[in-house]
Amino acid sequence: MPRSNYQRLLGLIGKLAVLLILGFLVLPAAVVTIAAFNDRAILSFPPQAWSWRWFAKAIAYQDFRDGFRNGLIVTAWSSTIALVIGAMFAFALHRYQFRFRKTLEAVLLSPLVIPHFTVGLGFLILAAQIGWNRSYAVVIACHVVLVLPFVLRSVYVSLRNLDQSYERAAASLGASPLRVLATITLPLLIPGLVSGWLFAAMLSFNEFTASLFVTAQRTQTLPVAMYNYVREFADPSMAALSVMYIAATAALIVFANAYLGLGKVLNIEQSR
Amino acid sequence: MNPQPFLRTFTAPAALCAFGFLLALAAVLQFSLRAYIPGSLDPGGFTLSNFADLLKPLYARVFFDTVVICFLTAISTLIVGYPLAYALVRTQSAVIKSVLLVIVVTPLFLGEVVRTYSWIIVLGNNGFINSVLLNVGIIRQPIQFMFTTLGVVVALVHVTMPVMVIMLAAGLSHIDRDYQRAAESLGAGPIRVFLTVTLPLSMPGVVAGVTTAFAWTFSAFATPQLIGGGRVNMISNLVYQLGFSSFNFPFAASLCVAGLALTIVVLSALRLAARPLENIGPH
Repeated sequence: MPRSNYQRLLGLIGKLAVLLILGFLVLPAAVVTIAAFNDRAILSFPPQAWSWRWFAKAIAYQDFRDGFRNGLIVTAWSSTIALVIGAMFAFALHRYQFRFRKTLEAVLLSPLVIPHFTVGLGFLILAAQIGWNRSYAVVIACHVVLVLPFVLRSVYVSLRNLDQSYERAAASLGASPLRVLATITLPLLIPGLVSGWLFAAMLSFNEFTASLFVTAQRTQTLPVAMYNYVREFADPSMAALSVMYIAATAALIVFANAYLGLGKVLNIEQSR
Repeated sequence: MNPQPFLRTFTAPAALCAFGFLLALAAVLQFSLRAYIPGSLDPGGFTLSNFADLLKPLYARVFFDTVVICFLTAISTLIVGYPLAYALVRTQSAVIKSVLLVIVVTPLFLGEVVRTYSWIIVLGNNGFINSVLLNVGIIRQPIQFMFTTLGVVVALVHVTMPVMVIMLAAGLSHIDRDYQRAAESLGAGPIRVFLTVTLPLSMPGVVAGVTTAFAWTFSAFATPQLIGGGRVNMISNLVYQLGFSSFNFPFAASLCVAGLALTIVVLSALRLAARPLENIGPH
């Protein structure tokens, strides 16, 4: 049948296009990996000799070590605070009617479209005015605001998918609201909470533009340290660090997909 | 019994967080209306001169370039992202779906610095593309990607792609497949089904994707800074330069306020323009 040949051709073209686009997405990661194992300090393709020395140099570099430590401190605090605030507010948004509900929601979601350099500058000026500059507190506060929309969305989606009849059953058997919350709702929400926290943590650890504004030498996070390195040096240590970054991030995403189902979290499952 | 237990406890921290954020935005607004005193970090009295300065050709040019780069990036990302989102939603194989998801989502969490650095290695004069093309003999001189709008847009498309694909996929996944089956059973070919059924129904996802891509590109800093290298400037680069090289925070703040106003205007215009498109669907 000519029709089915035509459809097969269309399918083939579609697959080729998707492969090309995937190639575009993967290309920088592949190229940076080749560069990281290149023995020479100057960029050259194809590499003449291979080595691990740039990895050793990147791990030993003091600014990267400090940035990694500072980043972990900021990430641990900001993602956890954002999780608690976001989960509670998502619950209130989903279940309750109250004054300024829409306004509050709009303000908390607005960092999604407000440029990070504006948020960063705002927190920098504010911190200078109340004497908090150069402290971790301002970096953490800034990150909480920036990652909160992602936690809110993630927890809200799981609340929407939650079957409320379990809660009603528990309540009708005489459980207090607190007990229902602690023994029914919270356990059922765990996948949403874990994915919300994971997203928040990864975004906070990688946040760059606002961090550039609000961090000082003492509180500099890893992306800021990497940016400063790229501006000053051209050797492949940064490539080696990038490879470690890409590998760790990809591993976390594979884990998140296997245990939490990214399709569900991102709300892109095909409806029948 | 209280029908809304924990209401105060659950909303108070969020309200506090929103308050802190609004204070930070108010600080920017306040600074944008203050005079700059050279050599001092403290601002002077209230004035509108910062906003008058924005109209100087030098700054107006950066605004124009920023909007052009944002549009180019958003449209290119839409064209490149659509087939991927379509494949992601429609593939029958769970394995292919997982692989696509991981490849699409991972760059979202890599951060701008790592991705921009990788693109410098790909696009540089000694970089991957130029080395390959020179070795094969297709070109004699390296192609100049660095410090050009083309180079910046290519890297920005890569930075914006994950969020575009996620938005498009969300839009595509909520289309009832029965519409498509109905069109097919009436004899429409695959291209016609796509153009007259699937594409119009996916418009909400397209609008969400384009507006978010626009806002994200507007927010980009490391990519135009490192790949543009001072020759391709966006508002973000100007804000940083004014703040940390000249310590002219009042003017930097006025750029932020104007940028925010511009984003709001452009995004509202996009939404308004897209409204007739969204009403095409039979929902």
